[in-house]
Amino acid sequence: MKQYSVPRLITKLLLPLILLFALYVQFHGDFGPGGGFQAGVIFAAGFVLYALVYGLDNARRIMPPWLLRVGVSLGVLIYAGVGVAGMLLGGAFLDYGVLDSHDPVHGQHLGILLVELGVGITVASVMISIFYAFAGRGR
Amino acid sequence: MLLSLLVVTALAVIRLRDLFAVVMLFGIYSLLSASLFVVLDAVDVAFTEASVGAGVATVFMLGTLALTTSREKIPGAHKPLLPLLAVLVTGAALIYGTSDIPHYGDPGDPIHHHVAPRYLEDSAEEIGIPNVVSSVLASYRGYDTLGETTVVFTAAIGVLLLIGGARRRRRSEEPPRPDREEEDA
Repeated sequence: MKQYSVPRLITKLLLPLILLFALYVQFHGDFGPGGGFQAGVIFAAGFVLYALVYGLDNARRIMPPWLLRVGVSLGVLIYAGVGVAGMLLGGAFLDYGVLDSHDPVHGQHLGILLVELGVGITVASVMISIFYAFAGRGR
Repeated sequence: MLLSLLVVTALAVIRLRDLFAVVMLFGIYSLLSASLFVVLDAVDVAFTEASVGAGVATVFMLGTLALTTSREKIPGAHKPLLPLLAVLVTGAALIYGTSDIPHYGDPGDPIHHHVAPRYLEDSAEEIGIPNVVSSVLASYRGYDTLGETTVVFTAAIGVLLLIGGARRRRRSEEPPRPDREEEDA
């Protein structure tokens, strides 16, 4: 798609904003609407846009499939790992209150942040993987 | 107004045979649903609907069209009476069912008297984050969200097994199948 300079330029301008917005949605989910799931999808949408305009090979170079495979499982592992960490610290599975020994509310904050991060990583990797699978199949 | 636009879009989706236009209309449908959720004050749901339904799902459906075909096949001669009857009976049952649903925003609804009051009243003290939706999703209902994340994980594995990797080998063995993946979020 070398000849379409307008979409290329617009993508270049928009891409950092999209990725930044995804991170904002990810880490501001405690305060406003949004959370890991939405953030993951927005992050993936940024990469999908990049792959559509600049081609799948360039996108694969930036976000290689092996990294995505790691991400797909890493997110679930983080989530479940937070649950197991709570168990090891003497609480129930997915009880974040025990993560901070002084203040259970801080523990809840930390737990939710980590869990949402896990969701975000998994969702973003899954969406990009599925897009790669579809786009790679057509060629 | 939004609901009537939804109905118009749905009717257009049924009538059209050009699947590219249908995919675009699905995107519009999702965007309209998202606006509807905003009107109902469910911004988190609207956010998900707009990003998933109108965003990436549209791209995935376009990808499916690129792999298969963008014209819907004209169905062969079959009697439409039995399906019509089934649809009418189901629709009538659903409409009959709506008569029992409490009015929207009625404070006496059962849903406002189950666990919701506890979440709303105690979330600020127990979890301490302003967005109650996040505290319910990630903390009170942590098991459910873990399950959802696992579902997304499983979906990726399914898609990758079906149409991911090893495509060079498979291409020589068999023609690409019109696989279709659908995901609920």
